[in-house]
Amino acid sequence: MGFDFFPPAFVLLIAAGLIGLVKGHLRSAVLLVAPLITLWAIWQIPDGVQSTVKFLSYTIEPIEGSALRRLFATVFAIMVFVGGLYAFRVARWYELAAGYAYAAGAIGVCFAGDLITLFLYWELMAIFSTIVVWCGGTPGARAAGIRYAIMHLLGGVVLKVGIEGVVVGTGSIQIQAMLATDFSTWMILIGILINAAAPPVSAWLADAYPESSATGSVFLSAFTTKTAVLALILLFPGEPVLIGLGIFMVMYGIIYALLENDVRRILAYSIVNQVGFMVVAVGIGTEMALNGAAAHAFAHIIYKALLFMSAGVVIYRTGKNKCMELGGLFRTMPITTACGIIGALAISSFPLTSGFTTKSMISQAAVDGNLLWVYMALTAASAGVFLHAGIKFPWFVFFQRDSGLRPKDAPWNMSLAMIIFAALCILLGVFPELLYALLPYPVEYQPYSIGKVLFYLQLLLFSGLAFFVLLPLMKRTMTISLDADWLWRRAAFNLLQVVERLLSQVADIVAVQRERFRHFLHRMAVRYLGQPHTADSKEHGMFARSWPIGTTALWIAGLLSVYVLLYYL
Amino acid sequence: MDLLAHLPALQVVVPLLAAPLIVMLQPRGLAWAGATAVALMSFAIAVTLALAVLNGHTSEYAMGGWPAPFGITLAVDALSALMLLVVTGAGAAALLAGKPSIDQQIEPSRQPLFYSAWLLAMSGLVGIVVAADAFNIFVFMEISSLASYILIAGGPDRRALPAVFKYLIMGTIGATFYLIGVGLIYMMTGTLNLADMEARIGDVSDINPILVAAGFITIGLALKAAVFPLHVWVPNAYTQAPHMVTAFLAACATKVALYVLIRFDYMVLQAELVDHVIQFALFAMPLAILGILVASAVAMFEGHLKRLLASSSIAQIGYILLGASFVSVAGLSASAAHLFNHALAKGGLFLAVACLAYQYRDLRLSQLGGASTRMPWTCGAFVVCGLSLIGVPGTAGFISKWLLINAALQSGPWGWALVGIILLSSLMAVVYIWRIVEALYFQAPIAEHAEAPLTEAPLQLLLVTAAIAILNIYFGLFPQVPLELANSAASVLLEGRL
Repeated sequence: MGFDFFPPAFVLLIAAGLIGLVKGHLRSAVLLVAPLITLWAIWQIPDGVQSTVKFLSYTIEPIEGSALRRLFATVFAIMVFVGGLYAFRVARWYELAAGYAYAAGAIGVCFAGDLITLFLYWELMAIFSTIVVWCGGTPGARAAGIRYAIMHLLGGVVLKVGIEGVVVGTGSIQIQAMLATDFSTWMILIGILINAAAPPVSAWLADAYPESSATGSVFLSAFTTKTAVLALILLFPGEPVLIGLGIFMVMYGIIYALLENDVRRILAYSIVNQVGFMVVAVGIGTEMALNGAAAHAFAHIIYKALLFMSAGVVIYRTGKNKCMELGGLFRTMPITTACGIIGALAISSFPLTSGFTTKSMISQAAVDGNLLWVYMALTAASAGVFLHAGIKFPWFVFFQRDSGLRPKDAPWNMSLAMIIFAALCILLGVFPELLYALLPYPVEYQPYSIGKVLFYLQLLLFSGLAFFVLLPLMKRTMTISLDADWLWRRAAFNLLQVVERLLSQVADIVAVQRERFRHFLHRMAVRYLGQPHTADSKEHGMFARSWPIGTTALWIAGLLSVYVLLYYL
Repeated sequence: MDLLAHLPALQVVVPLLAAPLIVMLQPRGLAWAGATAVALMSFAIAVTLALAVLNGHTSEYAMGGWPAPFGITLAVDALSALMLLVVTGAGAAALLAGKPSIDQQIEPSRQPLFYSAWLLAMSGLVGIVVAADAFNIFVFMEISSLASYILIAGGPDRRALPAVFKYLIMGTIGATFYLIGVGLIYMMTGTLNLADMEARIGDVSDINPILVAAGFITIGLALKAAVFPLHVWVPNAYTQAPHMVTAFLAACATKVALYVLIRFDYMVLQAELVDHVIQFALFAMPLAILGILVASAVAMFEGHLKRLLASSSIAQIGYILLGASFVSVAGLSASAAHLFNHALAKGGLFLAVACLAYQYRDLRLSQLGGASTRMPWTCGAFVVCGLSLIGVPGTAGFISKWLLINAALQSGPWGWALVGIILLSSLMAVVYIWRIVEALYFQAPIAEHAEAPLTEAPLQLLLVTAAIAILNIYFGLFPQVPLELANSAASVLLEGRL
């Protein structure tokens, strides 16, 4: 009974409270020291269930250690430290406090030994990440925050139903590997997948993250989706549905990122894409694949945060976030540019970066599992990642034409944060054994074979070539040059127009019906439920207004008759 | 443990006898202090009783030394201990916090009367809970009702008068129905003592009057408990009452009626009447579901803060009734836990409303813009209690919703549909709480408040509100005490029948 080990999540929760209470240098100290204490606490937790607490009629296990859990918790703690370092001079205190509480939720999920603890921390994350989104401070952020909150509350509700179903059905609240076979396990899977930004609800991620503040998006990029990946590894290893879903996410992320103009939206879509890789790996479910998923999550958090940081610096210094408005920033922002490029190389799994040593594990797992089409899809996607995140992001932001902007480079703390993460990207790329040693299963994988490196280099170079060849298209400023093919174009255009007209007619009809339905709903709502602005005595809604006493007496008589009649039926 | 044996009687007698004395304490500060001291003492008694019950010591008290079927008996078991905690806790907390708000709303000369009525209402409610015979329940019901009419009408808002009149008529109908039912049962069994009644109902040969009596009692108490569709008196009464009265009565008044309903049905009727279990479930469940859905929907469209919360109370009554209608240990303990947790959440919300009302005369949502910058602590407490009402993990509300869903899942093939309804209504709760949060935090202040400085509610009010908000989190993380009471209440109610 009781806590033999102090829960690491509580360190950050306490820190989140302190951030609100203290000011000045003391607050900075709290911000920087708390994650380090957390990291220390994480490594104090040995394998197995460490403490149990009675809650309701269940024995819950707030702390359960394992290599996998410590791995995720470690990268989360590192993320909090570097994120805190990055943000502490710019962000307002409530954003930092919410960010730390959000991270506490994520670390709590890492060590949750049972479904109830998992759910408690899960909701903690949902609440505080919503606040982080709101801290964007714009009307757009507010609206996006509401959509984000609704999506996650819905996910939480679905998860809760699933967990309760499993608890009632099996009587066990243990976190153990399962497959989606019946209603409750499906509900759990769906609840987790909503947080992983799986289709059909991938859009919440690219909707909310770019609306948050420059510092907030760094925090947001790390935790929610990766805890979902951890939960999938713990609960659904080898669930075949995940392979298809993951491939879809990979492709979805690439296509939307290529079409996107907003810098952080590009990065947000590429989170979906990268999480897709991990989801595929969980779906494959072999030891190699799960190792790959965990390692890739570790590496991904670092380089994606790095990318968001460099984007954040650009937005912080220029106030612009559209590719079209940026460009040529490398002249005055060398550190940001260099770090951004390292992050971009890592995400495209360039050899000697962390992305290469981790993502290739997933591909290898697909090969080992004889899943040829998965391997092909992942390889094609790797090229696509390089296209949208590896080249498009740094090229449009830092190079391209000169936008005339001459912002200063990042402040020292932001630079330091970026440099730490950039160094980690390279370190894990050059010495992958460091990371492999932390993985849940023993690794006998050697990433650097000549064949593999050459293969990846070719892949990346050709997709790089493709990017610059297609550059005019990528700019999304289409200028049609008249040529011999204009007849064909004209015809195609006309055809398209006809189709478009037909579609628009259908759309009109649908819109009219929808409007009618909306009116109907509104009328019904006004009639039965009342309207906000006619509060008090002028209330007309049937259920909202006060009924005459006679009506109630009638109800009483009716109910009494029903009650007595029920007996005689 | 000599004193402990007398506590059930003291629980009722202390506030009852203190009430007339308070009238004589003319300087208003003294009246408040006296009433608060008495309320706190009642609360202390309730806590002692609850601890005794937790140690497996249920109290029976024979007034005047007359033994059970002949004399008046008082009894405290787990369910009544839980209810006593709620009633005295709400009464004491609201009084402790309420002085600034009451000073603002009630003129000084009438204050001693007001406090006296408050204690009467409290002793009436407490009496209902501890009384072990049907007729005394009626007597205490009348005491508490009459006193609460006075309390509700005591505010400066003249619209409270029609509201209270309607409440009076309906409350009287409810009490009369109850009395008719009790009369019929008395006619057939010749006893008023609940335990005795239970024993003798089995021997009654002509069962029809008992069935009709069950109908009268159920409907009468449902009316008092504001079970949908007999809830119409609630929104107006809660809205126009003085804010502190709302906080007090919303936390416990309807629940006490529900308590009697549950107790009567389980202890007296279900045990001996064939198929009464099905009858009860068949009748209560649809009303509960309708109440949950319709009242939540009304709350979603409501524009006045207090009315909105009152509508939500009706939905919460639905939850409690739903749990009871499963007729299982899981369902009943969910109900009992929700009794407690909802009192905590709604009491906290209405206290926060009282804080807001101290600065904002008009409590329509459209008028409350910018409140979060003027009153950050109040709004913080409001949000915490709101989260508890929704049932977010880590708050008290989560516990009872979890238990309720659990009970629904165990209740049979239709469990999933019920879970769907509970979840749907949880999302509706998110919507209506969100609308308030939006008004408090994101809406621009209206013109007349635009320049207002940071003006929190008085410290006294604020501290109690914050304490209740913290309790909402505390009981979300450490729910053992109410849960143990709820569980043993459920097993006492179902004793020997499952």
